[in-house]
Amino acid sequence: MLDRHLVLDEQVALRPEPFGALAYHYGNRKLIFLKHPDVVAVVEALPAHDTLSDALRACNIDERRWPAFQSALEALERSEMLHERTAVG
Amino acid sequence: MSAPQLADQLKAGLDAPICLTWELTYACNLDCIHCLSSSGRRDPHELTTLQAKRVLDELVELQVFYINIGGGEPMIRRDFFELLEYSIANEIGVKFSTNGAFIDAQNARRLAAMDYLDIQISLDGIDAPTNDAVRGAGSYDTAIRAMTHLRDADFGPFKISVVVTRHNVAQLDEFKALADSFGAQLRVTRLRPSGRGADSWHDLHPTNAQQREIYEWLLAHGENVLTGDSFFHLNALGDELLPGLNLCGAGRVVCLIDPVGDVYACPFVLHDEFKAGSVHDPGGFTNVWRESDLFRELREPQSAGACASCGSYDACQGGCMAAKFFTGLPLDGPDPECVGGDGEMALLAASAAVPRPVADHSKPARAAQPAEPARVPVTLGRR
Repeated sequence: MLDRHLVLDEQVALRPEPFGALAYHYGNRKLIFLKHPDVVAVVEALPAHDTLSDALRACNIDERRWPAFQSALEALERSEMLHERTAVG
Repeated sequence: MSAPQLADQLKAGLDAPICLTWELTYACNLDCIHCLSSSGRRDPHELTTLQAKRVLDELVELQVFYINIGGGEPMIRRDFFELLEYSIANEIGVKFSTNGAFIDAQNARRLAAMDYLDIQISLDGIDAPTNDAVRGAGSYDTAIRAMTHLRDADFGPFKISVVVTRHNVAQLDEFKALADSFGAQLRVTRLRPSGRGADSWHDLHPTNAQQREIYEWLLAHGENVLTGDSFFHLNALGDELLPGLNLCGAGRVVCLIDPVGDVYACPFVLHDEFKAGSVHDPGGFTNVWRESDLFRELREPQSAGACASCGSYDACQGGCMAAKFFTGLPLDGPDPECVGGDGEMALLAASAAVPRPVADHSKPARAAQPAEPARVPVTLGRR
């Protein structure tokens, strides 16, 4: 997961909330809670970085917290909110 | 980052609702005996097309992802498709509830061509006798005809929405099979004593034994059946929680805009006690959602009251505010359908002064009035 190139699906919208953000997928109608502002920051940083670890580092996330971020992002991927970035362009 | 913390966050309210219901009109071709909004006749002060669009503009600003449109029968509004298209073009998805009377082949094709649209067809019985006893003569055939049109137009998986009553609990498997046969998704929700339901609830609400049936059926069918999280009061029946948020979302994640633009805490409490404001107020809907006294109050920690000593309170959260209110029970006590039986006891003790729903838009035939008032005296005068 850490070395993968991930991005938000273009049908997903993020709405800031006091606890973090809500993610809504207009295609499959799924709603997911991003339960910490840092998770939101990492998700938003993904497009600018080649891998998830780069994004985590860029957001100054302590490596001890990385597993929690991995599972949060895995949940997003299971709901088709995140996917592997395809060829540049 | 654990789930209980999230529940607490949600109880404290969000910057904008997740689940916003907007009833577009009080007009309806039907006269269902459990109608939450006592619909029938249009209200002369219903929002105009322009006013409705201004509300949608606000919802865009608030990043409301989707709205639930209802009524009345929303498709009665002449600007129904205009508002639908305006909403979807502005990236607010729409899910609308309908009795299906206006879904002919042509409208079905028009609806099928739209993105970000979900449709719920209301059906409260698996056969005409069961359904029509609640929703009126002919309404079963109307609903089935609409479903057939949607299927023929390749709309995709629409929803069949069932209010669970004493008379259809035993039909849950058949509803599921019906939905499957249409490639549809089944949605079942709890009957509330709101609107005209205040009068029919005592005869229609499931018995305590049936509540266990519903709970077990929902556990068995889990994620494949939608419930609008409306059965969380049943969680006190076992160790396993039903899927969903397990909290009353009123004023926290949920609210209702009625046809004249008044904002209520949820679709089941059309009463002044639960009116937070109006979209016409200064600051509009946004200000009502964020600042109204009522919504602020609902986001405060709620007292468990008489339920505080009950071991099931964490599971059932004291049940539904609307169900208590319209059966005359205190809000900080058991739900009238408390599975522990405490609600039944409370109902016996409840005062006769049960709050009446406001804004009755029922058709005149239903309102109390003398039969044939004008002509009778003439006949009498000749005797």
